[in-house]
Formats: sequence, structure tokens, C-alpha cells
Amino acid sequence: MSDVPAPAPAPAPALAPTPGRVRRHHWIVRLTHWATVVLLAGMIASGLQIYEAYARFGNRGGPYFPSPFNDAQFPAWSRLGGWLAGALNWHFALMWPLVACGLLYLSYLVASGEWRGLVFRPRDLRGAIEMQKYYLGLRKEHPPQGKHNPLQKLAYTFIVLLGTLSVLTGLAIYKPVQFGWLTWLFGGFQAARYWHFWTVWIFIAFTAVHVALVFLVDPHSLAAMITGWYRGRFPSHE
Amino acid sequence: MNETPVRYDATTPRVDRRAFLKLGVAGGAGALVAACGWDGGNAIRPNLLAVSRLNDWAGEKILFSPTRLARTYSPAERSRSLPSYFISATTPMLKDPRLWRLRVDGLVDRPLELSIEDLMRMPRVTYTVKHHCVEGWSGVATWHGVPVSAVVERCVPRATARYIEFVSFDAGYSNGWDWASALHPQTILAYGMNDNPIPAAHGAPLRLYSPIKLGYKLTKYLVSMKFTDRRPGGYWEDQGYPWFAGL
Repeated sequence: MSDVPAPAPAPAPALAPTPGRVRRHHWIVRLTHWATVVLLAGMIASGLQIYEAYARFGNRGGPYFPSPFNDAQFPAWSRLGGWLAGALNWHFALMWPLVACGLLYLSYLVASGEWRGLVFRPRDLRGAIEMQKYYLGLRKEHPPQGKHNPLQKLAYTFIVLLGTLSVLTGLAIYKPVQFGWLTWLFGGFQAARYWHFWTVWIFIAFTAVHVALVFLVDPHSLAAMITGWYRGRFPSHE
Repeated sequence: MNETPVRYDATTPRVDRRAFLKLGVAGGAGALVAACGWDGGNAIRPNLLAVSRLNDWAGEKILFSPTRLARTYSPAERSRSLPSYFISATTPMLKDPRLWRLRVDGLVDRPLELSIEDLMRMPRVTYTVKHHCVEGWSGVATWHGVPVSAVVERCVPRATARYIEFVSFDAGYSNGWDWASALHPQTILAYGMNDNPIPAAHGAPLRLYSPIKLGYKLTKYLVSMKFTDRRPGGYWEDQGYPWFAGL
């Protein structure tokens, strides 16, 4: 912390190794986190099977949307359901617990006030730049942080928005007449299908980076997400 | 899923916890592989179908509005082509179209036998709408025909009638419809497509059409409308596709 004025309500620097452990994740957070991993994997796998039935985007007769996955067939191990009907039934069964998980998680964030430590706000921008510098090797020491650093806040805010987007685009193609306004908002049935499909790759990219950072930067956070207890190097509460 | 061979040893009565755990993991993985390769296998499939029934219920009772109309398009927005399919090996065609009648029976006070001319004399609806296939494709076409509600009015259904079964001459293809969707103002018995009589590939001489259901619910090659008090199945529905399939 030399060249940067501290953000207004700066979290107490807590880089000194502290003995013991801190309570990190409520059971609702841990439950919904891991349930989402399983349910989202099922949604993606059944979604890839559904996609195979018509592997492009755009009305019959064209024009078709640009996509590297036109006429792509995904490997068998990545698909769930066996055929279109089986995949649809998986997809439409898993969507309920997945949405329930999302709502339970969001309700917990609101009720507990923990959203304050998670939602990325404009004042986090400067800190996010500092974090990015650290990751790029432009600054040596890890900037001080609370439970989550500004880049994490950005990522976790983004992923909640992405989840919302995938639910809304899903609704827009599930009931394009009843939710016609929503379908229209996304640019029509085929465009909504297109965005629904793209959320998958963003989820996968997010997960890859998320898991990589857990192991590279803060492996203790994995245990914390399982047991609820954190004994790593960023032990502050917020 | 117990394909992993298990060796029983009479001299060791203790359960090997590690082996037991391994077996469980192998069994779990085996079940997962079976599930991935198929629609859930015998263990999960019935549950998925039960949830599908729940979704039918939610689709019909919560999400469906009997008065909300699907968006209409101008004829200029029609797709250049609209795929068609049928179950028979070749395009289903009538030997003598003049003998064709639509039979309307079941739980009705006035069973009907309607010719194409009879249907053409009834109120006519024309619209250009988007067709949604369960596979994910869509296309715009113009359809004209008589609203199902006009036929329902004429045959005087009994109070117990809750569903209509639409039956075709295409290898027994049929669909069951809920009452509200069948009576939706955009649900028609179409005898015309894109300003012409319906082509054989698209269900001549008469097909069910509606922009509020997926394509597989829109019975082509119609021969009868049967009013029932029990939910009729359908060709794809009986194989696991969602029954309500409302959009």
C-alpha cells in the first residue's frame, strides 16, 4: 500500500499470520455452493444433448448466427439424457432445485447482510486494479483485503448476474409466448437460445479460473467451503 | 449397478470398509455412466417423468394464459422453408380425398362428420406466426383454418369433457390436448398454409395448428377429434416427451 489512497471504508489489513481459524461460510452458503456444482453440471450436460437436436441458431432458412459450435456434436461423456426427450426431462427437472438453490443463497445473503462483502460497487474499482496488478506481477505484496478482495467481489457479483441471465434466457425459450416480452427483450426466440447457450461457456470459463485461483492463491478456501472453517492467510471477517 | 465382482470370503466375517467404499464409488460411477448414456435408466427415469408431469401442471395451471396471443408476423417475414415430418415410411396421402371426413365424437351431445367444405363454411382465421420445434428450430409461416372453438361450439360437449384427442391417419399418430389450449383463439384446424391448400408434407387435408404449442403437438393428417374425461396420451408424449408442451 504505497501508491494508492486507501478506499473509504478500508478493511483492516489482516495479512499477519493469525493462529487458529475463523468461521467463514454459513452452512447455507456451503450447501448451495456444492449443490450448484452438481446441478449446473447436470444442466450443462443435458443442455448439450438438447443442443445436438438442432446445432445452430437462427430461423429455418437462415440467416444463422455466427457461432463456432454450428453443427458441433459434443462428446458422449459430456451429454446427459441419451436422446432429446431424456435430456429435456433432466433439464426441466434439475432447473427447479437449481433455481431454488440460487434463491436460497440470495435470500441468505440479504438476510445475513453478507451481500455487503460480496457485491462489487464503484468504490471497489481502485482495489480491483491493485489486485489485478498483483496477479500480473506488477506489485509484489498481496493487497490487504477483507473476506473477499475487490476482484473476487467482481467475479462473484458477475456470476450471480450470469446465473440470473441463464434463468431468464431459459424462461424466454421455455415459454416464448407466455413470456413473450422476455423473449422479445433478448432479441427473439433464436437469439434467446443463443445467449442461453453462451452462458454455458462463460460458466465453464469462470469455473476454470475460479478453481485455478483457489489452488494457486488460497488453497485453504477450499476447506473453508467444505467445513465452514478457514485457516488461511486472509482470515478477517467483515 | 453391481457389476464389480465381489469376492466373498467365509473366513473373514468382518466387512472390509475400504472395499465396501470402493464398491460404493464404483457403483455410483456406474450409475452415473448409465444415467449419462440414457435417460436416467430404470431407477431415475420414472422420477424424471413424474417431475415432467409436475411441469405439465405448472405449465397449464400457472404459466398458461388462455387469452394471451402469440405474436403475429407479416407474410413478408415467412421463412423460405419449413421442415416437415411424418411417422409413416412415405408421405401419408388419402386414396380418395372426397371421402375424407373429420369425425367429432366422444363426450359430445352432437357428434359430427365434417367435410373440408363444411369446415370452409365455418368461421375462418388466418395468421402468420412462428413455429417452434422441440428440437430448437423455428420458422415463420401463414396458416388458415377454422378455430377449434367453433367446432367445439357446434358439437356441444358434455360437462365431463376435459380433453380432446386429435387422431391422424399417419400410422396412428395422435395428440391429447388440455381444454384451455384447445379453445385458445389461435388454435385452429388448418386447411391452408402460406395462402394455398395445405401441402401433403404438412398434413393435408387438415391439421391442427397453434402457435402456443410445440410442433409435435400439432397433429397432421387429422381424421378425428375425440372428447374425453381422461388425459389422452400421444405419439411422442408416450415416449417421454413433455405432454403439455405449451409455449
